[in-house]
Amino acid sequence: MTETAPRRMEQPLAWLQRQWTTMVRIRRAEEAVAALVESGEARCPCHLYIGQEAIAAGVCSALERTDTIWGGHRSHGHYLAKGGPLAAMFAEILGKETGCSGGRGGSMHLFAAGQGILGTVPIVAGTVPLAVGAAMAYKMRGEAHAAVAFFGDGCVEEGHVHESMNLAALYRLPVVFVCENNLYSSHMHWSERRLADHLHRAGEFHSVPGERVDGNDVEAVFAAASAAVSRARAGEGPSFLECRTFRWRGHVGASMDLDVGVKRRGELEEWMQKDPIARLEVRLRACGAVLDERPIREEMQDALEAARQAPFPAAGRFVEHVFAEAACAS
Amino acid sequence: MRVLTYAAAIREAHAQILAADPRAFVIGQGLWSPWYAGASLEDLDREFSRERIIDSPVSENATTGLAVGAALAGMRPIVFHPRLDFMLLAADPIVNQAANWAYLFGGRIGVPLVIRGVINRGGEQGAQHSQALHAMFMHVPGLKVVMPAAAYDAKGLLMAAMDDPNPVLYIDDRCLYETTGAVPEAMFRVPIGKAALRRSGRDVTLIGISSMAAQCNRAAETLSVEGIDAEVIDLRSLKPWDRDRVIESVRKTGRAVVADPGWRTAGASAEIAATISAEAFHDLKEPVERVTLPDCPAPTSRLEEGRYYAGAKEICESARRVLGRGSAQGAAA
Repeated sequence: MTETAPRRMEQPLAWLQRQWTTMVRIRRAEEAVAALVESGEARCPCHLYIGQEAIAAGVCSALERTDTIWGGHRSHGHYLAKGGPLAAMFAEILGKETGCSGGRGGSMHLFAAGQGILGTVPIVAGTVPLAVGAAMAYKMRGEAHAAVAFFGDGCVEEGHVHESMNLAALYRLPVVFVCENNLYSSHMHWSERRLADHLHRAGEFHSVPGERVDGNDVEAVFAAASAAVSRARAGEGPSFLECRTFRWRGHVGASMDLDVGVKRRGELEEWMQKDPIARLEVRLRACGAVLDERPIREEMQDALEAARQAPFPAAGRFVEHVFAEAACAS
Repeated sequence: MRVLTYAAAIREAHAQILAADPRAFVIGQGLWSPWYAGASLEDLDREFSRERIIDSPVSENATTGLAVGAALAGMRPIVFHPRLDFMLLAADPIVNQAANWAYLFGGRIGVPLVIRGVINRGGEQGAQHSQALHAMFMHVPGLKVVMPAAAYDAKGLLMAAMDDPNPVLYIDDRCLYETTGAVPEAMFRVPIGKAALRRSGRDVTLIGISSMAAQCNRAAETLSVEGIDAEVIDLRSLKPWDRDRVIESVRKTGRAVVADPGWRTAGASAEIAATISAEAFHDLKEPVERVTLPDCPAPTSRLEEGRYYAGAKEICESARRVLGRGSAQGAAA
């Protein structure tokens, strides 16, 4: 794998510690979800983000609360990194009334308008043009916000991703296309889907500049995302980031080494050696940081307990909200 | 009252919306050309700038998805598809995204989006430039579907669609663009879900959709010469549709003909006929008749096209059938 040299800006210790907290929160939350899947408590399809935490953390740390992110089926990490409330995510996964989507969406449909998450959906690349539309809104209103589309490597094989990149470039929209290349689209390795390993060039034909980033290095992701967001805010148009990474669990569900019945080719062990959290911890410890996970574990327990205690939606109400009563988020 | 063409009424609605609401913009294919939208969008780009009237690359999916995202981010877009046939390339943002969004997130957000699609009935347009696909979209929860047949409704329904916090599919038909009707100059709304009573009658209810509502008006005139007093309802909205108005009428007349510009199988007419049959069963004197397109794509050759498209003649034949008047009698009339 070739990578462009990371544009390292030395980040202060406090920043590194915040990223560590974000990434560990995501991992522990995902491990909790995995346990819920294994116990049968969580029944909706759960696509875990373990192994990819540096991308959500690095990109979202380059954003403001008012910027929007647009995700897909594997978006627990995006939601948490952008500030979505943890208990509401657990409750949503358990189908509870207090869930971030009122128990209507489950794991694949997360929402936190106040944190700039206007909806994640599992149709492959379904939100990519929506991110472009949000960026169009910002441009038309003269606002300096950015929209970030998070999507997997499989999405680049969808035609409307290319339509979207062209529109974003043509209208010089403040959008960042973040392709999380975890090498697999569901169960299929990239080599079974493409002849060449050059996703970072996907935007070239559409005049969207692209860059390959080590997606397991939170500082490298942050540096690339910051540059892309600055371009967006300055009215210079969209950027495309290919963040190389690996998901540790299967496409869906909790299992580590089986993916829809396909045994992966020994890559997992290799990638676990590149664990983005362990890498960050080496840096932090070298700086003399003291890392204490206890507050995170307590938060997990409390949020999980609150979600478990929350009621299921009342009977007979599932027909509500087919239509919105008002356009604005509450 | 002032008289406008159907196309001019659509254009006036756009102009008034764009002037009144800085959040409104139009995006889609062919907006800067008379080729695609006829007079219905003529020179809007000059009046409101090309930043707000955006003639886009031919990217139906992404432009529609863009409109969904812009709506979620607080804008009021109209996304334009010059043919419903082309709009199928945008099925994902319409059906999966816009229609589901409010529900998926527990009603916390709506998608205030107007999706405008055009039917082009006749004119040798053929199977991929003429399809009336409203029934496919009427099927989907979370989408509203309106189909004006009169110039007045062409304006008033577009205004109502823009006010709605939900995605509204607004379907107009090129074959109606030159038809004229009284249209108020001021902004006004035609409520979504309310039918219009075009003619009161005692003998049979003719329920028309879009261009077939116009054909129902013509059929009623022919029938009146024969002594048949037809009531005509222009449905105007397909989702939700005005069940109360239709059922009330059929309870009175005991006979119903549903005239739909779409195909027969699982069409809009099937839904309406089934509802009438269930809810007005004891008032019906004859089974509900349906006038539709045959289950066949549109042929192009003009003679074949004439055979393909049903109109006032077929509506009259159906009305005579439910009244027990023979076809020979009809032919003589």
